[in-house]
Amino acid sequence: MEKQDLLADYRTMVLIRSFEEHCQQQYTRARIGGFLHLYVGQEAVAVGAIGALKAQDHLVTHYRDHGHALARGLEPKPLMAELFGRSTGTGKGKGGSMHFADKNKNFWGGYAIVGAHLLLAMGIAYSIKYKREVLGEADQDGVVMCFFGDGATNGGEFYEAVSMAALYKLPIVFLCENNEFAMGTPLSVHTSVTEIHKKASPFMPGERVNGNDVEEMRARALHAVNHARTEGPYFLEAMTYRLRGHSAADPQMYRTRDDINARRSGDPIALLKQKLIDQNLLTEKQAKQIDKEVEKEMDAVVQFAEESPAPDLSEAWTEIYSKPL
Amino acid sequence: MPVITYSEALRQALREAMTNDPRVFIIGEDVVHYDSAYGVTKGFLKEFGPERIKDMPIAEAGYAGLGIGAAMNGLRPVVEMMTTNFAILALDMIINHAAKLHYMFGGQFTCPIVFRMPNGYGQLSATHSQAFDNYYAYMPGLKVVVPGTPYDAKGLMKAAIEDPDPVIFIEHTGIYNIKGEVPEESYTVPIGKSNLLHDGKDVTIVGYGRMIPYCQQAVETLASEGIDAALVDLRTIRPLDMEPVLESFRKTNRAVIATEEWTSVGVGSEIAARLYTEGFDHLDAPIWRVGFDEVPMPYAKNLEAHVVPNADSVIQAVKNVLAGKTQKIRQQ
Ligand SMILES: Cc1ncc(C[n+]2csc(CCOP(=O)(O)OP(=O)(O)O)c2C)c(N)n1
Ligand SMILES: [Mg+2]
Repeated sequence: MEKQDLLADYRTMVLIRSFEEHCQQQYTRARIGGFLHLYVGQEAVAVGAIGALKAQDHLVTHYRDHGHALARGLEPKPLMAELFGRSTGTGKGKGGSMHFADKNKNFWGGYAIVGAHLLLAMGIAYSIKYKREVLGEADQDGVVMCFFGDGATNGGEFYEAVSMAALYKLPIVFLCENNEFAMGTPLSVHTSVTEIHKKASPFMPGERVNGNDVEEMRARALHAVNHARTEGPYFLEAMTYRLRGHSAADPQMYRTRDDINARRSGDPIALLKQKLIDQNLLTEKQAKQIDKEVEKEMDAVVQFAEESPAPDLSEAWTEIYSKPL
Repeated sequence: MPVITYSEALRQALREAMTNDPRVFIIGEDVVHYDSAYGVTKGFLKEFGPERIKDMPIAEAGYAGLGIGAAMNGLRPVVEMMTTNFAILALDMIINHAAKLHYMFGGQFTCPIVFRMPNGYGQLSATHSQAFDNYYAYMPGLKVVVPGTPYDAKGLMKAAIEDPDPVIFIEHTGIYNIKGEVPEESYTVPIGKSNLLHDGKDVTIVGYGRMIPYCQQAVETLASEGIDAALVDLRTIRPLDMEPVLESFRKTNRAVIATEEWTSVGVGSEIAARLYTEGFDHLDAPIWRVGFDEVPMPYAKNLEAHVVPNADSVIQAVKNVLAGKTQKIRQQ
């Protein structure tokens, strides 16, 4: 196994953060509409976990999908264009923030019905096994990684997914990002089992990990992915904290500014930066340089979105069916 | 030509698809060890082995999602929902996912899946005797077929499995045993094409699915009384092919719509609306709709028989139309 390139991970995390800050700005300017769920504060989960996947592996996620898409290597330009509702977007302007996707990267999309996509992920995992065992495609050894929030673990679809994934011993990693809130509802108010991984423990092994530590996240994700590839489903509960509102339009009545500030010490980017500086892998100056480069890249990303054409009105009527009626 | 049952016609189509394409597999509750609730896939375990046909846990959303995910990744699942009553537990999967995937990701993913589900009743009371045809027909992104003859059952099943988009395939427990001529060889019936089953000049009867055998009986009885009724079988309720209906209606100027569903806000309501909007100039009498009485289904045999439509309800509706009477839909 290749050694984790912490500096590269740092850069990706800074890129995600900067992408999100630009989204917020553009939302305020009304260039982005609808619901905009930012990933600020959770970057180490995506970068740590998705870095454990290989090209043939698969990723399915929820509506808070920007960080996952960028960590999987989707280009920021078509993502921003999608947010702007432009024809150059990943979904040609039909999906928006909650529905990023890139088939070529096995990024099967962001889904916005809480809990539902766990079943699609389970189905994709089933098809991998079917292709290997029934169709005789020996090279089918992909693993599906499925992201969701703590709030997604109370509904029936969650239990159907973990139960069936275990029944069929599917190659899937369930990755719950426990950011302590489901919209504005605190963890202890929405569930009695606040150690979320225990909800899946009758069905599969799992554990709670520090989702703000990209090294720990990577190490445990590698273990989980390896287990899924060779034995069956695995459950990861990544502890993290969202530093922005549930969506860009959230007045956050459920917590105070002090509450948030108290959690800034856990900011995964600050933590990693300090670690890299302590290990002499990064200087303040280099960090500033990275910020600058990323900032410049993001200016070009926003410009690309701005200059992209809106979809032609005829596009409203295309792709309802894959074979037009 | 061989005469076989509706159920055997479905079996032939499924067997053919399973034989020709290893990507096709069947999942559903009690499709294996119980030999399938209504016997359609009887014997398939022996023929195709346990990987090609699988008993699912009673988790409708769960195995609907399994099928959708597998379809997205290139397989061709046929998902048997035990009945339409239970299939509504999977509405999120079907409506929010199967129907939307292709569109909302800008055409990146396809979802070639077939959901089979029977309507029906038989002293099963309120939760086991329903019809939700309109739920699915309402939804852009889905195709909904409801065959009313063994010939169409086979041809539409073949077409549904070959179709690159999600298809809801609605069957009916009341007609699995009806018989009809079905060629042995392979054929498909195109999805989205209505069919003039019987030409006539006095009134156009429009129906689909379980109502077709009733409508055929009605046409015969009416003929013996000197009334020349036309019958159009919609076969598909999304996309809707109104042309054969309108063509007949332009000759008869009168219509009866026979669907086995609660009448208000049903598929029949849409047919009526289309006749009013697209056939307005040809309308000579109020349209009548035949359906369930708008009550939850009762258990007692006499009550149940009283509230479900049959051939007599169609005949009565035709006579009402010919007499120029106006229908009042009763909701309480
Ligand atoms: C089935 C369903 N119910 C409600 C919503 C509205 N909703 C969107 S996100 C959300 C909270 C989800 O919280 P969590 O799963 O913890 O994810 P997080 O937003 O914290 O990442 C709610 C209630 C929805 N999209 N889908
Ligand atoms: Mg949460």
